[in-house]
Amino acid sequence: MTDKREPDHWLARPETIRKLWAALIAFLVLLLAAQLAFPNHGHFGLDNTFGFAAWFGFIACVLLVVGAKALAIFLKRPDTYYDD
Amino acid sequence: MTDLVFPPGLILILAGLLLPLLSGGMRKMLVLLAPLLTLLAVWSLPDGVALSVNYLGMELEPVKADALSRMFGTVFAIMAFGGGLYALNQEKVQELAAALVYAGSAVGVVFAGDLITVFVFWEVMAIASTVIVWSGGASARNAGLRYAVIHFFGGVLLMAGIAGEIHASGSVQFNAMQTDSPERWLILVGFIINTGAPPLQAWLPDAYPKASFSGTVFLSAFTTKTAVYTLIRGFPGAEVLIWIGLFMAFYGLIYAINDNDTRRKLAYSIINQVGFMVCAIGIGNEMALNGAAAHAFVHILYKALLLMSAGSVLYVTGKSKFTDLGGLFRTMPRTAICCIIGAISISAFPFTSGFPAKSLISQGAADAHLELVWLLITAASAGVLFVGIKLPWYIFFQKDSGQRPPEPPWNMRYAMYLMAAFCIGFGVFPGTLYAMLPVATDYQPYTPDHVIFQLQLLMFSVLSFFLALPMIKRTLTISLDVDWFWRRAGKLFAEEFEVQWLRAYAAVGSRSYRAAVRFLEGLYRTHGPEGALARTRPSGYMALWMTILLSVFLLLSFL
Repeated sequence: MTDKREPDHWLARPETIRKLWAALIAFLVLLLAAQLAFPNHGHFGLDNTFGFAAWFGFIACVLLVVGAKALAIFLKRPDTYYDD
Repeated sequence: MTDLVFPPGLILILAGLLLPLLSGGMRKMLVLLAPLLTLLAVWSLPDGVALSVNYLGMELEPVKADALSRMFGTVFAIMAFGGGLYALNQEKVQELAAALVYAGSAVGVVFAGDLITVFVFWEVMAIASTVIVWSGGASARNAGLRYAVIHFFGGVLLMAGIAGEIHASGSVQFNAMQTDSPERWLILVGFIINTGAPPLQAWLPDAYPKASFSGTVFLSAFTTKTAVYTLIRGFPGAEVLIWIGLFMAFYGLIYAINDNDTRRKLAYSIINQVGFMVCAIGIGNEMALNGAAAHAFVHILYKALLLMSAGSVLYVTGKSKFTDLGGLFRTMPRTAICCIIGAISISAFPFTSGFPAKSLISQGAADAHLELVWLLITAASAGVLFVGIKLPWYIFFQKDSGQRPPEPPWNMRYAMYLMAAFCIGFGVFPGTLYAMLPVATDYQPYTPDHVIFQLQLLMFSVLSFFLALPMIKRTLTISLDVDWFWRRAGKLFAEEFEVQWLRAYAAVGSRSYRAAVRFLEGLYRTHGPEGALARTRPSGYMALWMTILLSVFLLLSFL
């Protein structure tokens, strides 16, 4: 991206990244659609609702990041904190 | 058959002790040969007690085999081979020698039929692994000392528990126990300290990243997984382990999200992964115990792969901070692909080794009707993807750091290929993994709905990772952990103690000094040059008194 003499690696070009995003979103939609064809045989009921794994996984990750950031407010130190 | 059995762990231990005496090609050959011989010995052991000795009136069983010990022995031998191949270009022979002894003592623990043998190999492991930490150089000295102190402390608790157990039950056998007596609790605590369980867990992320590029690979495999083995053998179904395990799973995730060091991030991820295993042992049904064993098995392989890729980057760039790295896929594509295979395996993507293993744990929780536990395991599994993707992303992609390092030497590359092959192999052919399980199972992980469920869970986590990227920018920081209590609070306490001690010393000292001075002044007053008892009297004074005395004498004699 920064080197003007030779074009950057194809994987780092903006148009490739746009395509990768499109592929990811298409795959997510496909996964949700696939659940209609193969309904989940879960164990508890809640996990059989439509798209459970999708929203549950997403929210779990968001909560983890928020929790980690919140903890970092109190626990973050410069990495020279222990001088040994 | 009791006569001719050679304990499989001793092969590696003897090879390790012999190693410093060899040089060049012979040394390299021994590093690769000893694990293979161990693997052969592990597989040729028949079920049951293969060796017993009478020692001080106790019936010890140094070699006793079953499916569980064979499974752990197998992966330890594979790991010693892969780690040895990776470390062939490690110049410090003491690290390689210690690594072989360390692996051998881990094998020794899993084939120990009695508690005394467990303890002996347990302590050899602690010593050998400390030597590995110290091989990391001057910066590893203090961390190695802290590591050793915590492990020896755990060893003391374990020894006390074992002594009490032998006294109470009259047997040295290592069998499943209930947590129903103080000595058994001591044994349990001794074991779980080595899993990286709270409240002492920080020994792991403190020490492991300080070892050399190859040392951390060895460290990641044996201590925690041997502890998992002893828990499966000794405390299956101990309910407290469910909650300890879940705590570890989330604790490891949160710290791994915040960390800026490639290998410390992976160390926190070990705690997260071992948390799943500890939780499964607490659930305690056959499915979950199988899951704990299978997860330990595959975890050793993909965690080694991840640490090998991070170690390779450290080896060729000298850097291990995410803030210093990025964009390395351009010149290190093979290392990048191996790292990605490790990351998708730890995330339990279908067709990688993590999937058939972790599915057993989830199924175990479901079979036990523990809905909350199942939900938490599922949430943590999503989090593992989030954390797992972090390593390849920040090292090989994100920004272009401008560095164009070469791939690592051939032995390091082939070690990674070997581990990557296992990660894919056990994922595509789960039957090979399940065939080794302690209890035979006909569980089928690859049903369409299960694969779709897992892919939804993981791919939406991928989405959340890339959406959250602006939130998780890397900074030159660390997060305080419980080691603060012994690295900082302990130091402050010691310093405060010194100040107070000096003050007390001064107060007591000056008071006694004053008392002594007063005493001496008193002496001086009476006995000193001016004192009443030391005054020099003029001779006339004497003559006067003599005259008086003689006069009195004269007077009296006349009377």
